[in-house]
Amino acid sequence: MRTVAVVGASLAGLSAARSLRKQGYDGRLVVIGDETHRPYDRPPLSKEFLAGALGEADLALETDGEDLRAEWLLGTRATGLDRAERAVRLADGREVRADGVVIATGAAARTLPGSAGLAGVHVLRTLDDARALRDELALGGRLVVIGGGFIGAEVASTAYALGVDVTVVEVAPTPLAGPLGETMGGVVSALHADHGVRLLCGVGVKGLSGETRVDAVLLEDGRSIPADIVVVGVGARPCVEWLEGSGVELDNGVKCGADGRTSLAGVVAVGDCANWYDPRLGAHRRVEHWTGARERPDAAVAALLAGGELEAGMPRPPYFWSDQYGVKIQFAGHAGVSDSVTVEVGAVDDRNVLAVYRRAGVPVAVLGMNQPRLFMRWRKQLSAP
Amino acid sequence: MMIPACRLADLPRGEAFRLDIDPPVSVFHTDDGEVFAIDDTCTHQDASLADGWLEGCEVECPLHSSKFDLRTGAVDAPPAKLPVRTHEVMVEDGVIYVRVSTDAPNLPPCVAARLAAGPA
Repeated sequence: MRTVAVVGASLAGLSAARSLRKQGYDGRLVVIGDETHRPYDRPPLSKEFLAGALGEADLALETDGEDLRAEWLLGTRATGLDRAERAVRLADGREVRADGVVIATGAAARTLPGSAGLAGVHVLRTLDDARALRDELALGGRLVVIGGGFIGAEVASTAYALGVDVTVVEVAPTPLAGPLGETMGGVVSALHADHGVRLLCGVGVKGLSGETRVDAVLLEDGRSIPADIVVVGVGARPCVEWLEGSGVELDNGVKCGADGRTSLAGVVAVGDCANWYDPRLGAHRRVEHWTGARERPDAAVAALLAGGELEAGMPRPPYFWSDQYGVKIQFAGHAGVSDSVTVEVGAVDDRNVLAVYRRAGVPVAVLGMNQPRLFMRWRKQLSAP
Repeated sequence: MMIPACRLADLPRGEAFRLDIDPPVSVFHTDDGEVFAIDDTCTHQDASLADGWLEGCEVECPLHSSKFDLRTGAVDAPPAKLPVRTHEVMVEDGVIYVRVSTDAPNLPPCVAARLAAGPA
């Protein structure tokens, strides 16, 4: 293999480039990114960066003096993958011929229809998004967060700490019920009320009002919530349009095996755009978590370099964290397959909890609130083969 | 100056003891019976490495999984980018003593800002 193109220059792309060099790949390495920025870390964008406690330099993922001997093509988007020519086509007309391709194009924030062009309406996905939101939050006012998932909850928590008046609107009866289940979703989302942040559940958003700038969020039940700033946190969709017609099988992102291999030889996918097969579930699952973007490229690169001669290992159970209102929230595993959840240590009312999810008595997931030590031990146990 | 940490007999193999000085230092007793001392705070974010996962001569941060080498302080992978300080350890009459490094610590930005602001 003489040229490898990594398409995507965030954590998953950088991790893949590092894995390539670490695993002995010595050929030409091209990293393509649609943003102009060098690889940066996203988790602080809704927390310390938004609060002004971290600057842009702190977000850099590369270490001082790190040299991957890569060609960086930044600020240009991939528009196509030509399987016959083995080439990645770019929006600026260039193309990169490569024997191996790592797809790491991530996911893009979903928006609300009809919100384009209305000032004061934000999504939070990129550094540029975070800069814009940070500048507006600094002016204060009334913030309405649409979506009570992790991004929405973190923005609400950060904005609350900045002294902003915050309302969170969630269409589901319980926020976070998808990732955490009903019971613990209720426990974690109770953090909002602890701090005087209004949480409106079970009601959809009909639209936004305002001429050039948003002034209210209109709810399906007829209510109108005044807003100076709106953050839309309603999930993300995988950025895989550029692969249509390429021969790479798409299904909720790039469909891959348990080692990131796609339907095309010499092409692997990692990060938020990759729908990996999870042997623990017996199903494909697209995981939009930092840890997967950090770890899975090691396996995908090994598969790429081995040319399909390698047995896929068992990926570790998904893990993510969140910091809200000073509480460290950690979760590992799959809540959706559990039939029970019990608090093993701590108390729900103290927001100090180690909860274990089980299926037929076997632990399948674990949640920690301010329990890093115990959580880590449970997480290791879940990962054990 | 050598600071007494704890009795070796009170620190089982595979466990860590946090010395509550400022910034805190942790003493690790490895499964192989070696004793090391490093800064307790992960260089990425405020987390106690004494709460982490000890395997061989490495400790994994309990929050975001960067690993630090107890012998050198080196970090293996993001999100942490900077090493932790290592400290000299001595065991005398069954007591573990630590000589704290005079190097500047690599504290995460939020902790560094808090320390710079002085005692709350």
